[in-house]
Amino acid sequence: MTMNAFQKLAPRPPLLTVSDLTKSYGGQIGCRDVSFTIRPGEVLGIVGESGSGKSTLLACLSGQLAPDNGSITYDMHGRGPVDILTLSEPERRRLARTDWGIVHQNPRDGLRMDVSAGGNIGERPMAIGARHYGNIRAEAQDWLQKVEIDITRTDDKPRTFSGGMQQRLQIARNLVTRPRLVFMDEPTGGLDVSVQARLLDLLRGLVRELGIAAIIVTHDLAVVRLLADRLMVMQRGRVIEHGLTDQVLDDPHHPYTQLLVSSVLQV
Amino acid sequence: MSGTMNTDLGGDGYNFAFLDEQTKRMIRRTLLKALSIPGYQVPFGGREMPLASGWGTGGLQVTASVLGPNDRLKVIDQGADDTTNAVSIRRFFHTVANVAVTESTEQATIIQTRHRVPEAPLKEGQILVYQVPEPEPLRRLIPRESETRKMHAYAEYGTMQVTLYEDIARFGRIARTYDYPAIVNGRFLMSPSPIPKFDNPKIANNPAMQFWGAGREKRIYAVPPYTTAHSLDFDDHPFEVQSWKGCCALCGSTMSYLDEVITDDKGSRMFVCSDTDFCTTHQAKAAAQTKVVGEHS
Repeated sequence: MTMNAFQKLAPRPPLLTVSDLTKSYGGQIGCRDVSFTIRPGEVLGIVGESGSGKSTLLACLSGQLAPDNGSITYDMHGRGPVDILTLSEPERRRLARTDWGIVHQNPRDGLRMDVSAGGNIGERPMAIGARHYGNIRAEAQDWLQKVEIDITRTDDKPRTFSGGMQQRLQIARNLVTRPRLVFMDEPTGGLDVSVQARLLDLLRGLVRELGIAAIIVTHDLAVVRLLADRLMVMQRGRVIEHGLTDQVLDDPHHPYTQLLVSSVLQV
Repeated sequence: MSGTMNTDLGGDGYNFAFLDEQTKRMIRRTLLKALSIPGYQVPFGGREMPLASGWGTGGLQVTASVLGPNDRLKVIDQGADDTTNAVSIRRFFHTVANVAVTESTEQATIIQTRHRVPEAPLKEGQILVYQVPEPEPLRRLIPRESETRKMHAYAEYGTMQVTLYEDIARFGRIARTYDYPAIVNGRFLMSPSPIPKFDNPKIANNPAMQFWGAGREKRIYAVPPYTTAHSLDFDDHPFEVQSWKGCCALCGSTMSYLDEVITDDKGSRMFVCSDTDFCTTHQAKAAAQTKVVGEHS
């Protein structure tokens, strides 16, 4: 027992280490000198106003954009820490398909709208070699249950789903390969408040249960308050404040963070 | 420029087999590349042919490039030697190359085909040329060429499997009946052109050389002799070909691909072999046998 407790307390090696990441679009700065680490099972929130470089940062991290400068080191399964910018394209695509998940703000970007819910969830297992229909389907239904979608909807197309269901389906589709790191871009954007609350509840449960590390980009402070262990505040492409979520939100130091926290409407 | 055309005239102003020699060399280089990377779609500089694209211009160009004066050509369309397209293409090569033509699968050295693989087994030395409307098996799923090329390069074929999954989810079986995708030589995903899946097993380990020519898309790919071609499937839903309850109404064959033919406007119909050469050969054999039996009794 005590041994286990000690093991839990001992710091685990970082899953992702980002140093001096810079990306500019011509003269326009996307993000500049961003550095942080994230450990297995940790949830990092990135907040900031529109145009502060959150999405650029996320796109660079998830391999959708090539940064101008800096390094991104990821602790790969069986290979140890690797700078993912030095990986070949097929290796990077494989990593993004198996060990990572990307949840888009708009489910239409992350789902195949003309493929059934079961097929959407089964795509990743099939991409890495699953060839038994019965098993793929059972796994898909298992995941539908986990994200609280009725399994009678397995063969329905996502376009017949509500916005909240689509978002939950997208999450199931990403988590089915048990990724160790999930990137989420405004996962609750465009959903009404009660659906948001349920989705957040679900996400929190899944992230904790599976021990997934997640990077959540949002402008919604309530989302990070609920989900994130640590918080980074960005403005004009730079990280201006970071720390434990509660610490940053309850005792903001930077004037911009103070403004951000104080501008949340209290009901 | 009149009177100064190619010296190798057939008498009617055409070079042998219509295409100029430089074009044929280019296409032959493409064919060699296609043979060395089985299933890989090699781009080539497709030429205008005296035929609308979609009617077999790709196959026509491949046939023109491999055709020699001593070859014997057979052309089939949906398995039949006597359909408009088959007759036209056969007559075309007879005119511009003056080669021997035949309807017999066994005697042909080159067979250009659309929608079928002949029933009679092919031999070493024979060449089978397919006409292809859409060479890219992933096109209906991924419209972007840059993306499908990457998917081929990295062998990412999971998406294709998703379409088969969807079939089983909706119909309880893999409902795709033609243009059934296959992995060639354990590497490249290939569209076998719109042949029925009944013919897919014939592509694998065939002693003949097989070329696919897509004229509009300007792509050529190949399966060399004795090369594997695995039709995609699931472990619990294995690949299977069509089967029929009866036999061919004309020759009585039970192993051939049957076409349903409507015989009047009262709903009568019959099933006959789509491969006309196979059917007539089979009928002749049966007739000879009854004759022999009749003489003995």
